[in-house]
Amino acid sequence: MSCWETVQGYALRSLGIGERLLPREDFTLCEQVTLIGSGLIWNIYFGTLALLAGFFLATAVALGKASRRRILRKPSEWFILVFRGSPLFIQFFFAYFLFLSLKSVSPVFDAFTSAWLGALVVLFLNTAAYSGEIFYGALRSIPRGDVEAADAYGFSGWPRFRRIVWPTMLRLAWPAYTNEAIFLFHATTLVYFSGFPAWQQKGDALYYANYFADKTFNPFVPYPILAGYFILLTLVILSIFGLINRHLNRHLPQEARRKMRLRINVIR
Amino acid sequence: MSLYVSVLVVLALLAVTAPAALIFGFGGAVAARSHFLPLRWIGRTYIAIVRGVPDIAFFLFFVIALDQGFEWLRHKVKCPDWDQPIRQGNDFIVCAQAKLPLSTSPQWVHETYGFFLAVLTFAIVFGAFAANVLYGAMRAVPHAQLETAEAYGMTRRQAFRRILVPQMWVYALPGLSNLWMVLIKATPLLFLLGVEDIVYWARELGGTANPRFTEYPHGDWRVWYFLALLFFYLAFTRVSEIFLERLMVRLSHGQATTGGSSQGHTA
Repeated sequence: MSCWETVQGYALRSLGIGERLLPREDFTLCEQVTLIGSGLIWNIYFGTLALLAGFFLATAVALGKASRRRILRKPSEWFILVFRGSPLFIQFFFAYFLFLSLKSVSPVFDAFTSAWLGALVVLFLNTAAYSGEIFYGALRSIPRGDVEAADAYGFSGWPRFRRIVWPTMLRLAWPAYTNEAIFLFHATTLVYFSGFPAWQQKGDALYYANYFADKTFNPFVPYPILAGYFILLTLVILSIFGLINRHLNRHLPQEARRKMRLRINVIR
Repeated sequence: MSLYVSVLVVLALLAVTAPAALIFGFGGAVAARSHFLPLRWIGRTYIAIVRGVPDIAFFLFFVIALDQGFEWLRHKVKCPDWDQPIRQGNDFIVCAQAKLPLSTSPQWVHETYGFFLAVLTFAIVFGAFAANVLYGAMRAVPHAQLETAEAYGMTRRQAFRRILVPQMWVYALPGLSNLWMVLIKATPLLFLLGVEDIVYWARELGGTANPRFTEYPHGDWRVWYFLALLFFYLAFTRVSEIFLERLMVRLSHGQATTGGSSQGHTA
């Protein structure tokens, strides 16, 4: 089988399109690159959707935590504590078995036991908690003068939040939020190792990398391929978030803009 | 019973890994600061490579890679006149004396070896994180301190040992305590490395059936087991958070950092 045929057969294998059987022996480099790349579709799917949905919940949670009203503040604080304080791995397991037992109560939860929805919900809540904490920190460091100026111009309530507080919060939180996005994409690799089954061997990038490592007993090929893919993915995220960062800071004078360098953390 | 033992396994892992990772991190940070170019490259690469790749991929990779690496080394030493290639198709073949652990050794040796591999893997991965933190902390120590040391006639080595290292800990502590939290939260990944840890037992004991017993006298309790684990980790992180906050207050007492004076407000 030529490499092009392999690509045609396996490029969308993770979605169930193409060859049914995974290669069993005589693994070529081409097969490994194609299949691991095909699995990456799931990583991007989980990461993107969880990040987009989590963004809104995170804003709500951050506002809740900064709220003066106890009834809003306490739930937000607990939400952040629970999801940041416990391992994501355990959260996946717990959610999977929770959905599994709920399934017997009502068929509504049927879809939740499969990874595409169940794991997405967990990732969504998890990233909402982490970014909620980031946004909360940014919310507290908004310069007092900005808000006072807004008051002086007669802004209040929703317009003040929409026009002054929210953009400034995003601007301040953006470097940290970029990190969170990178870690979220890394966290998506946990999905298929945590109870959520990979039906018909439709898994993510790490699932396939692990498959090859198990079969060939040679970790030195599939994992570096996976690493290469993820470094590429990280670079893409960095450039997209960099563009948004430039957009958020477009009103600042050049000098101040250049100072705002993205600091990349290694840990979440 | 094994569940309780597995809790101890997790705690033991934390107790062993934290200092091991710190040593790796220290080595990495020193290498990254080195004046000898190749060494600096090694240090920088070590720090940089962990950033772009999911840590779980490293865990899965290193466990096999280390195992094969050790066996290969022993193979080279113990069976020098072995003429067949080590990789034959999909197999990794070394001579019988080089197997680790030896196939004749008892079960506990196998388990300990597995645990040892897990610790080494954790230490390598978290060592890179720690190296990043320590590297930053070393650069955060005011340069004037080092210049003063030089003015007093200390060599680079002396200045490093007597001035830089004692002072860097305050700067490193926030990063290290963050790292500790991440380390706690990474311990369930032991399960993936084949160690029979809490996750393993929660799955086994909670399930309705397993290979050893055909049936438990209860239904599917895995939800409750994992809920308990969730709370275990939650309590664990909360306790360490409180403890680390106290430690930070004590360490930054009287230090010329913003934390030294403003600690009262944040804590």
